Amino acid sequence: MNTTLLLVQALNGLQFGVLLFLVAAGLTLVFGVMDFINLAHGVQYMVGAYLGAALAAMTGSFWLGLLLALPAALVFGLLLEWLVFRHLYARDHLSQVLATFGVILFLNEGVKAVFGAAPLQMPVPEALSGGVPIMEGLLYPTYRLAILAAGLLSAGLLWFLVERTRAGMLVRAGASNAPMLGALGVDVNRLFMLVFGFGAMLAGFAGVMAAPILSVEPGMGDNLLILAFVVIVIGGIGSVRGAFIAALLVGLVETIGRAMLPDLMRLMLDPSAARQTGAALASMLVYVVMAVILAVRPAGLFPVRR
Amino acid sequence: MRWRNAALPLLIFAALALAPFVGFGQGHSLTLLARAMIFGMAAISLSLLVGGAGLVSLGHAALLGVGAYAVVVLDHARVTEALVVMPVAIGVAALFALLTGAVAIRTSGVHFIMITLAFGQMAFFTASSLAIFGGDDGYTLYGRLELGGSRLLENRLFFHFACLALLAGTWLLVEALLRSRFGRVLRAARENETRARAVGFAPYPFRLAAYVIAGAIAGLAGVMLANSAEFVAPAYLTWQRSGDLLFMVILGGLAGPHGALMGALAFVLIEEWLSHLTEHWRLIFGPLLILCVFFMRDGIAGLLRRG
Repeated sequence: MNTTLLLVQALNGLQFGVLLFLVAAGLTLVFGVMDFINLAHGVQYMVGAYLGAALAAMTGSFWLGLLLALPAALVFGLLLEWLVFRHLYARDHLSQVLATFGVILFLNEGVKAVFGAAPLQMPVPEALSGGVPIMEGLLYPTYRLAILAAGLLSAGLLWFLVERTRAGMLVRAGASNAPMLGALGVDVNRLFMLVFGFGAMLAGFAGVMAAPILSVEPGMGDNLLILAFVVIVIGGIGSVRGAFIAALLVGLVETIGRAMLPDLMRLMLDPSAARQTGAALASMLVYVVMAVILAVRPAGLFPVRR
Repeated sequence: MRWRNAALPLLIFAALALAPFVGFGQGHSLTLLARAMIFGMAAISLSLLVGGAGLVSLGHAALLGVGAYAVVVLDHARVTEALVVMPVAIGVAALFALLTGAVAIRTSGVHFIMITLAFGQMAFFTASSLAIFGGDDGYTLYGRLELGGSRLLENRLFFHFACLALLAGTWLLVEALLRSRFGRVLRAARENETRARAVGFAPYPFRLAAYVIAGAIAGLAGVMLANSAEFVAPAYLTWQRSGDLLFMVILGGLAGPHGALMGALAFVLIEEWLSHLTEHWRLIFGPLLILCVFFMRDGIAGLLRRG
């Protein structure tokens, strides 16, 4: 493992981290403000990717696809909220887990019925194809750098919205004490809806951005969802800052672990076994990190003060 | 209403015992019933956690998988005697539950859900990495376990009744546990932890014991699942499977182990029926789950009690 490869893997890790953050941010806000476990947040990422791929194919342009997919993902999120989720806020976590699990089953099967089980392709936009020389003799795909930039930009925007605007102040107030906020005359249900729609749009945005480099297929959101949960638990539930740092951490650990562990294993095992064992260990690594962090700091790295 | 808690399961057990002789004796029906009964065991063990102790685990399938993979490892080493394999599998599953439970039970609420999910995922990835046991593709057993050297479990009818006996035993055990002092402490700690502590019961060892017992039962169910299919794959350990198990428990109702029993049977039969109806049966199954959560708060057991 030389430095060039490590640099590439670190960039890949950061890029995966910002995608994770876009999904985790909505999850942690919904969780923090409404105390609502939304397992279906991962399928919103999937729906975003499908909307992006389908709309891009229809309009023939990546940018139009992206532009149209965002409001579509927002509307879709609000529709789900209206149909299912709003009836669950007052219920216990078990009911929320189950009902949103039902939404996952439905939507995973739904996209399979509409688009087929085979992965969809979404082309990388013309302007962002090709690579950027980041070191001598090393081209890094422009599109991946664009994802990184877009993710960091969204993170900055989100930070500004949550920390510096009136709506963000209400969201933070809702996260620390929603009933009190309601008593002070804020329409908490509308705030919930706003947070929910925004979270769905962020997840959808992540889906569209990921579509050209990952395969768009049914169930693509499930694994990401679990990782996003790991992120918000490590970061401290309800904390956007915690989610950001934890997402980058998980992205780096996952990607670099995946790249390096098989090589490390090769020192002990034969190549094919090393590849498989290394990959499995790498997948496990983030859960080990989570278990250790939870054992030391049960409320996560940046617990929201209540 | 207590008699119903016992009468219903007895009725179901009687129906299951009669099933092979009243038109459900063909291979396919028996396989389906065996699957339903095995998931019934797993769901009952989960209901001890969810209903009894208030611990919502989203990693229960991992315990099932540990039991199944114990069969695989021993099968690979040509150990196929049920009297050896079953205790080993139960022991390994209980040990896995003890180690993971010792960490998980320190947390509560959402964090417990998440950490059991994390342990489940670890088990899943471990299973997919076991290259000698087929990795992602799974492992086909040489055959079913032998019982005292004979190949009795190959007999469909015998296997059916073995599953039924284990299911009934599981129900009896969990029912007895929940009625005992142990079960009352679990419930007290679920209802109000502060008060339980105030009267002198630290919930931790009770919850851990419940977790280990549930793990042991799930491990045994895993052994039976592996033998029923004569095949084991990492897919047994996915978190979606854990979600299915939770659905079975809730579908049946949290009032007691009889709820989980009915939930598991209903789940497997509805799944089978719908998958015959259409290829995209999950399009119906998903909304069905949501409607159950919305409108059937006490599950099937609750409906029967009201009716």
